[in-house]
Amino acid sequence: MQKELITHPPLADAGSIRAIHLKKKPRLGEMFIQGFLFFCGAVSILTTLGIIYELGKESLLFFQMPGVTLIEFFTRTEWQPTIGKFGVLPLVTATLMTTFFAMLVALPLGLSAAIYLSEYASPRARSILKPILEILAGVPTVVYGYFALTTMTPFLRLLFGDQVQVYNTLSAGLVMGIMILPLVCSMSEDALSAVPQSLREAAYGLGGTRLETALQVVVPAALSGIIAAFILAISRAIGETMIVALAAGAGPNFTFNPFLSAETLTGYIARISGGDVAYDTPDYNSIFAIGLLLFGATLLLNILSRRLVARFREVYE
Amino acid sequence: MTHETNNHYAIETRGVNLYYGNFRAVKDVDLQIVPQKITAIIGPSGCGKSTVLRSFNRMNDFVPSFRMEGEILFHGQNIYAEDVDPVMVRQRIGMVFQKPNPFPKSIYENVAWGARINGYKGNLDELVEQTLRDAALWDEVKDNLKKSGLSLSGGQQQRLCIARALAVKPEIILMDEPCSALDPIATLKIEELMRELSRQYTIIIVTHNMQQAARASDYTAFFTMDDDRAGLMVEYGETHQIFTNPRDQRTEDYITGRFG
Repeated sequence: MQKELITHPPLADAGSIRAIHLKKKPRLGEMFIQGFLFFCGAVSILTTLGIIYELGKESLLFFQMPGVTLIEFFTRTEWQPTIGKFGVLPLVTATLMTTFFAMLVALPLGLSAAIYLSEYASPRARSILKPILEILAGVPTVVYGYFALTTMTPFLRLLFGDQVQVYNTLSAGLVMGIMILPLVCSMSEDALSAVPQSLREAAYGLGGTRLETALQVVVPAALSGIIAAFILAISRAIGETMIVALAAGAGPNFTFNPFLSAETLTGYIARISGGDVAYDTPDYNSIFAIGLLLFGATLLLNILSRRLVARFREVYE
Repeated sequence: MTHETNNHYAIETRGVNLYYGNFRAVKDVDLQIVPQKITAIIGPSGCGKSTVLRSFNRMNDFVPSFRMEGEILFHGQNIYAEDVDPVMVRQRIGMVFQKPNPFPKSIYENVAWGARINGYKGNLDELVEQTLRDAALWDEVKDNLKKSGLSLSGGQQQRLCIARALAVKPEIILMDEPCSALDPIATLKIEELMRELSRQYTIIIVTHNMQQAARASDYTAFFTMDDDRAGLMVEYGETHQIFTNPRDQRTEDYITGRFG
């Protein structure tokens, strides 16, 4: 029955069609470009592999030294490689503190600014404010370091008195937060702006206010991008060197008091590599172990961010 | 057209001109929408029918260059008056969009969200069930209320968007080409649903599908573009009359497919 309903149209007259050439053609330019682009990608990957190799090799030297064990490295609270004290915790706690204070500033302010720019600001206001915020990202970190030392620390001393040391993790952390703020703001704003307008219209159409729409519809829809911004910010804070080297202190100190001076992981590497340290001394070898630790921490955070992004994603398309 | 105040119109526009910057998109619209009926707005692309529809619940407020002249009355109250809160307007006049746009939340949350932000005090579970039933979607989703609204098919998504609008308990539902992204079967379901909903709600639908307007609406407004590219309303009346006995030549040309 069905078959009778289908009429096959007649074939076209073969004479009316041009000769057909479908064979593959060599395209030299195409091949060259492809090779060049592959080379560019390979360079960055090879560099990373080289760094891992070098860090690993030198760290191995460190951990093979007499008296150094992994357990001691991660549990002891004193760090004086020259005199045989190999507990990395004081550096870790200092890094955690500066990072924590930086996030205390950068995350709420950065996200709020992003919500303002994406959901509230008029196109005109946005076009003025965004470049200004991006200037903050262009300030050299050494300038931030001196800002911490000469402005933030005196201000903290004014507030909390002399218990605040000249070098302290609070001041370094807060200023680092200001430095990272544009990164959080700009990445979060990208994520918020990428939320389709149709979702906002849906929310407004149901009688949602701007705030309800922004916080309950747009932010959740952009959550994966916002979390990615947060984690990148944490990575950035852990790895930041100049501000903490200048303002947090130059000497390991196992403390949770934000008013005291304490040296971070990066601050230690900067100090040791800046001085005259002989090759193959404990000090020299230790900076590679710490470099590896930093590398591992950031890698872990990046993996975590990928996991979180995949988990919280509210897919809208 | 008449200009006397008439409170029993759901919406009445008086001398409405709508602008984007200096461009007049729609001119001199005087339109009365009858409550608890389905009114279709038809016309060729670019004639401003969506612009008119979106001005009924102040959705155009988000277009920075948008400006309007005239009055749009909702039960006699000008919704563009200085002291009117557009958020309150949108609670009374809901909207369903061209492309289904459920929130990336669960089916339940999609329906509950609007009610919750508007301070609904009753039992949310009951409200969600009732509105999903009203939107003829309950049987298809009742076992999967926690699943994402985006996991549904296009037609189901659009009915979810209708349910979501109903949950706020509006009086008027604006539909901006709600079936243009749907297949014919899903389209028919939405049309049946509209008929059902028109017992309780006033529905205004913009469509470029003339058969849909003819099938599904009680009143039809025909818009077209004037020589200056501004949209204007050519003819307005009962759907039956517009489609069988149009008074204007332009309407006749359009509905018989000679133009547009």
